[in-house]
Amino acid sequence: MILPVSPSNGQDDMAAPAGVCLALDGVSKRFGNVRVLEDVSLSIRTGERCGIIGPNGAGKSTLFNIIAGELPPTRGSVQFLGRDVTRLSTYARARRGMARTFQTTTLFPRLTVVENLVLALQAHSAERFQLLAPRSRFRARDAEACALLERVGLVGRANAVVDTLGYGEKRQIEILLALAQRPKLLLLDEPTAGLAPGDATLVTEMLKTEREGVTMVLIEHDMGVVFDVVERLTVLHNGRVVADGPLDTIRGDANVQEIYLGGKL
Amino acid sequence: MGIQFYVQNALGGLAYGSLLFLIASGLTLIFGLMRIINLAQTAFYLLGAYIGLSLVGQGWNFWLAGLAGGVLTMALGLAVYSAFLHRYHADPLTSLLLTLGFALILDDGILARWGGDPHAIAPPAMLGGSITVGSLVFPQYWLALIGISFLIAAIMFLSLQRTMLGVIIRASVDDEEMARGLGVDVNRAFYIVFAAGALIAGLGGMLGGPITSAYPGLDGELLPLAFAVVIVGGMGSLTGAFVGSLLIGLVNAFGKAMFPELSYFTIFVPVALIMAFRPQGLFGRKL
Amino acid sequence: MSVRTRWAIAAATGLIVALLLPRLGVPTFYISLLTQTWIFAIVAMSLDLLVGFTGLVNFSQAALFGVGAYTVAIGATRFHITGFAEVIVLGIVAAVLTAALFGLVALRSEGVGFIIMTIALNEIVWGLAYQWVSVSGGDNGITGIVRPHVGPFDVSANTGYYYVCLAFFVLALALLLIVVRSPFGLVLKGVRETPRRMLALGYNVWLYRYLALMLSAGFAGMAGVLFAWYNQFVGPVTLSLDQTTQILIMVILGGIGTLYGQLFGAFVVVFLSNELSAVTQRWEMILGLVYFAVVMYAPGGLVALVPRLWARLRGRRAALATEEP
Repeated sequence: MILPVSPSNGQDDMAAPAGVCLALDGVSKRFGNVRVLEDVSLSIRTGERCGIIGPNGAGKSTLFNIIAGELPPTRGSVQFLGRDVTRLSTYARARRGMARTFQTTTLFPRLTVVENLVLALQAHSAERFQLLAPRSRFRARDAEACALLERVGLVGRANAVVDTLGYGEKRQIEILLALAQRPKLLLLDEPTAGLAPGDATLVTEMLKTEREGVTMVLIEHDMGVVFDVVERLTVLHNGRVVADGPLDTIRGDANVQEIYLGGKL
Repeated sequence: MGIQFYVQNALGGLAYGSLLFLIASGLTLIFGLMRIINLAQTAFYLLGAYIGLSLVGQGWNFWLAGLAGGVLTMALGLAVYSAFLHRYHADPLTSLLLTLGFALILDDGILARWGGDPHAIAPPAMLGGSITVGSLVFPQYWLALIGISFLIAAIMFLSLQRTMLGVIIRASVDDEEMARGLGVDVNRAFYIVFAAGALIAGLGGMLGGPITSAYPGLDGELLPLAFAVVIVGGMGSLTGAFVGSLLIGLVNAFGKAMFPELSYFTIFVPVALIMAFRPQGLFGRKL
Repeated sequence: MSVRTRWAIAAATGLIVALLLPRLGVPTFYISLLTQTWIFAIVAMSLDLLVGFTGLVNFSQAALFGVGAYTVAIGATRFHITGFAEVIVLGIVAAVLTAALFGLVALRSEGVGFIIMTIALNEIVWGLAYQWVSVSGGDNGITGIVRPHVGPFDVSANTGYYYVCLAFFVLALALLLIVVRSPFGLVLKGVRETPRRMLALGYNVWLYRYLALMLSAGFAGMAGVLFAWYNQFVGPVTLSLDQTTQILIMVILGGIGTLYGQLFGAFVVVFLSNELSAVTQRWEMILGLVYFAVVMYAPGGLVALVPRLWARLRGRRAALATEEP
């Protein structure tokens, strides 16, 4: 698939220190008296594929919501492409190249598959403000959407209303929507949650064939998927980073194995 | 504008705020608990006033007539709630439209029964006089109304804080799912709160009658004030309804005295400020 | 025949009938009610743009409508602005500016919060119209509004004015149909469906709601101007909460999210209230009961009800047919 990495659209990249895509600095989050995240610092290089694992309640989803801008951190900062985005809204971060998927499918249920994708495709284009010309004048967008669908073999469902899709198909569209944003940073929140093994493989393939150069952060419970996709692993426990490093190192870490991965690696 | 002006309007404002509390307390609790925006709440007030008025005309005692008005209004409210509304407590739009339709029906019924002329409601004879302090003169009944409303407020606060039912109501306002999960009979709390809201509003009609009198369209005039109270105080908060009522009552009194043509506007100044800077109201949680 | 052609034929037939009606000896009284129907259909469609396409249940639509109407009245009586085009533009601008203010306040909340805020805003505007006697005439309203000339045409008679309102209805329907089918319209639907995902995709959800509110206000204000000329009187009832309810009932009756359905909604409400008031004093009560029934039993509106009844009727016939030996 052709998803051009706009090479000259790089004012942001210029400002980035030595190719750091996402940097968290001392991020903490409290809800009332509950400390969900405690002094989390992470630096993810451009093009890196990083997995975040940890038991339920470790603070993974909260961390994602802070990165994406849905929650403000209690302390600490979030840097994206060299800029401090801690105070930026979700949509402003998305416009700078952040895309995310949701753990529970978050699509537009009463719209068709193509319409769902077009919403993602036109998000940064001026045509989203075009209100006096029918969509039929923008056939190119629909073609673009169909090209994306082609890639995952869902082109036959192009005009189906999303609500009528099967669960596996919805999960694929969930990811496809984020890919259609042509992101610089892709945040994936349990992309294979609730999928049958066959469908999970489809999703894994989608992620693996995604172009080089897209930075990925993946939250996932299915270790098979994690090992297949990422090259670096961060382990979160009780809101703290307890291990962080190349996949093989973490994989071999007996401590991590026993406590967080159930010892079955 | 001397001290007299301020004291006079402050007392008038407190009295008016007291009657607003009788309407707004039900509005806010019904919303907080059931997510029903009951637009018929001020129609309940009007109905209570008219029923009381008719009973006084037949020689009833003021207080008894007021109580009977409240009880009959409550019966009607309960009938509507159990027949229609209770099905829609999770659906604010539908229930809102239903209460609006119901308010229309009730208004027209009141017009059919009592006609279009305004009716003054006399305070009970023992409170008919005025109190004079220096150059200040104010009706005894104002003070009585303030006293009664504070008493009703106290009873409501105590029942919310000290009774099992109050605990259930507060728990369900905070988290209905959890309350249900704990095996609490939330539905019973719904019925009781709706009934209490209608009872107090209906009773309020007679109690507030000597100040507002009764006429068709009064409910439409009171509704914005009740809304102002609830927005300022915060939807679902009884404390908010209490503080908000007194605040709006005072702003209303001073606004009417100082800018007679724009008194609605003056009422909505605090509302606009609240909406802009603290949309959840003084004591409410974020919607 | 494709669905599209069928729609085109239906629309064309409807338009021809609407154009011919005044020439077919239909009594003036009904022509006048139909004029009112065109006007209310415009404001109902404007509300449907918010309720059905953007997911905003705006209870201040009557205020926007009323601001348009009061613009005509105050413009004519105090500033002697009576030209057709300038009053229309002024009414639209006034309503849009009001919505721009409303949006700043009301769009800070979502869902029920938005409903409550817009109820309060509608009440503020109503309170101003009701109490600011020196400007609005208070409860007595403002009389003496004269229908203007449209270019060289005198449309002060009922038939002439019927055509003016019909033209504006057709214009509004066409524009709104284009808008909801445009890329911008798709964005509104996205906002209606899943605001959270829209934010994640990079859309400033607040901005689109704000724009939709102002766009809707433009049409509501236009309808308000037409209504002031129609009635030749403006009073606080025009922007009361009851008026908002009535418009919302038209939207629901017609079928939320259809636009064309709102024409039927407006037709039913206008004719029902007029016919009933001629027969009984208790027409408001009956109308209230109709509201009740619609909300409870036909939430999909007439547009959805008709095929359902039809299917049931056919089903019964089919059932009867199979019972016979």
